[in-house]
Amino acid sequence: MALLEVENLKVRFPSESGMVEVVKGVSFSLGQERLGIVGESGSGKSMTGRALLGLIPKPGVVTADRMQFDGIDLTRLNERAFRRLRGARLSMILQDPKFSLNPVMTIGEQIGEALAFHGRMSAREQKQRVLKMLEAVRITDPERVYRLYPHEVSGGMGQRVMIAMMAVLEPDLMIADEPTSALDVSVRGQVLEILDDLVQRTGMGLIMISHDLNMVARWCDRILVMFNGRVVETCAAGKLGEATHPYTRGLLASLPRLDETRQTLPVLDRQSLGGL
Amino acid sequence: MTQKGSGRLLPAWAKTAIGFVLSLALTGLGLLAITFFIGRVVPIDPVLAVVGDRAPPAVYEAAKERMGLNDPLILQFVHYVAGILRGDFGLSVSTQRPVMEDIARYFPATLEMATLGILIGVVIGVPLGALAAARQGSIIDQVIRVIGLAGYAIPAFWLGLVGLVLFYAQLKWVAGPGRIDIFLDGMVPPVTGLLLVDSLIAGDFESFTNAFSHIILPATILGFFSLAYIARMTRSFMLDQLGQEFIITARVKGVPARVIIWRHAFRPIRVQLITVIGLSYAALLEGSVMVETVFSWPGIGNYLTTALLNADMNAVLGGTLVIGAVFIAINKISDALYRILDPRAR
Ligand SMILES: Nc1ncnc2c1ncn2[C@@H]1O[C@H](COP(=O)(O)OP(=O)(O)OP(=O)(O)O)[C@@H](O)[C@H]1O
Ligand SMILES: [Mg+2]
Repeated sequence: MALLEVENLKVRFPSESGMVEVVKGVSFSLGQERLGIVGESGSGKSMTGRALLGLIPKPGVVTADRMQFDGIDLTRLNERAFRRLRGARLSMILQDPKFSLNPVMTIGEQIGEALAFHGRMSAREQKQRVLKMLEAVRITDPERVYRLYPHEVSGGMGQRVMIAMMAVLEPDLMIADEPTSALDVSVRGQVLEILDDLVQRTGMGLIMISHDLNMVARWCDRILVMFNGRVVETCAAGKLGEATHPYTRGLLASLPRLDETRQTLPVLDRQSLGGL
Repeated sequence: MTQKGSGRLLPAWAKTAIGFVLSLALTGLGLLAITFFIGRVVPIDPVLAVVGDRAPPAVYEAAKERMGLNDPLILQFVHYVAGILRGDFGLSVSTQRPVMEDIARYFPATLEMATLGILIGVVIGVPLGALAAARQGSIIDQVIRVIGLAGYAIPAFWLGLVGLVLFYAQLKWVAGPGRIDIFLDGMVPPVTGLLLVDSLIAGDFESFTNAFSHIILPATILGFFSLAYIARMTRSFMLDQLGQEFIITARVKGVPARVIIWRHAFRPIRVQLITVIGLSYAALLEGSVMVETVFSWPGIGNYLTTALLNADMNAVLGGTLVIGAVFIAINKISDALYRILDPRAR
């Protein structure tokens, strides 16, 4: 049985001119693998991820014919039941540690909190788990970092803290929503490596959301291409070259390559995609 | 090297403390300069206040010379500051007592009422504002919006009069104007000047309950205004925090809503709230004139109004100085708390 099955997922928001659909019937399934979701800004990638966690903000409405996580029907879960699932079995890494970490709580406190609301353990035990987790994301002096506040660490370290916080309970499925796009190019590789390491060690499923087709093709087993709220292409990462959809072809064509000498990069021809 | 050298000479907290004292001294000096300046530009002749307006020119001139008013301005200022530092604010023309003595008598009455008022405002206003933000658009939110508007729109003296008619005259739940019933007046030996505190120190329970039933209505009315302001500000600060990314992080971790509100959204706004509470407290201390008038409260607001109407310059300047000093003190305290509570400001 697949870890996650999604059929006809829709996310709508009320607006002045009626309901606006931002996710328009997305279907996919996921095993213990890495699924990449790529697509341009506003195509509904984040909303798809957040719908899986029951975190679509208030006036938003989520519907799906089927949204099953490890045998649990997510469409019928109330907030309480969802909360028990979040953090423990389903988790998400957010984009920018500058904004996604609480500025007035220490790093230790914030990671410990993930443990505190899922089962009981002594304060000592909790701290030990946090320190071990900090080590697992390759922080060399966990005792010191434990006491720091988010503004006292770099972006790369902040994102490693974020990973530690979301993975400390070894969830079955991790959604990483552009985990590296806010980071300095020089630390992106390292953060991805740490994530890769965790996924391999714990066997968790991963959904990697990104703009970066190249990166996703390299790190994921399978790729979904989203455009304007829909999945327009699903393929194995290795078979990206055989993609048929014009939007995907367009994306591929606009990727710069080292072995070429084009003067200008081709841009997407939006006119021909207008009907989507 | 020089940087490091001086760093080792003084620990960080000592530098902070020195900076604190220096800025306090500078602000205080600024305040003195302003009151001194006001004293010189208002069209009230301090010599006339002493010698009367029918004194012959020779007497007038002699008095002026004696009061140091022929000295250069800078020397006058130095004398003024030296006097203040000795606690000498001059004599009040209307009460014929040293202004310092008057202030020691009237200020505690205002302090007591404003402090009770701000306590009411904080204890009720902060949770109410937080609740309104957590349930945005709910009935509670609407009620708090109305309270906030009322705090803007309703004049204090009107609320005071209505309160007196309703709770004193009709329902007889509270005592009337004044700080304490006449037959108990002067029974409690003054220690702090705050009747509630002094009566407790003296173990005089009758005076305590009597003073309490006098102060509770005006303090609640002051408290209402600070509550309205504090709740409104708390609500908007909280809404701001609840829209931040780290709230989503907390939800992803499975943190319950109650903890998200009080730990994640409320903790970061404590520093902003301190500023708001400080401002509100200062406003109650200096702006309670209306309520003091309606309740015949023998406070600094009443004293200042009387002094102004009698052109009693020393009293006006003394009162202004005290209120200014309180304002500075509240500012400095909230500044210090800010540093303690916000890890980013340490
Ligand atoms: N609260 C909201 N109310 C109404 N519309 C919203 C809301 N949140 C997001 N949207 C809309 O939903 C659409 C999809 O947003 P989403 O965040 O999923 O895009 P994305 O693919 O993640 O883009 P990006 O790459 O920029 O992160 C956008 O057009 C956005 O304007
Ligand atoms: Mg997004």
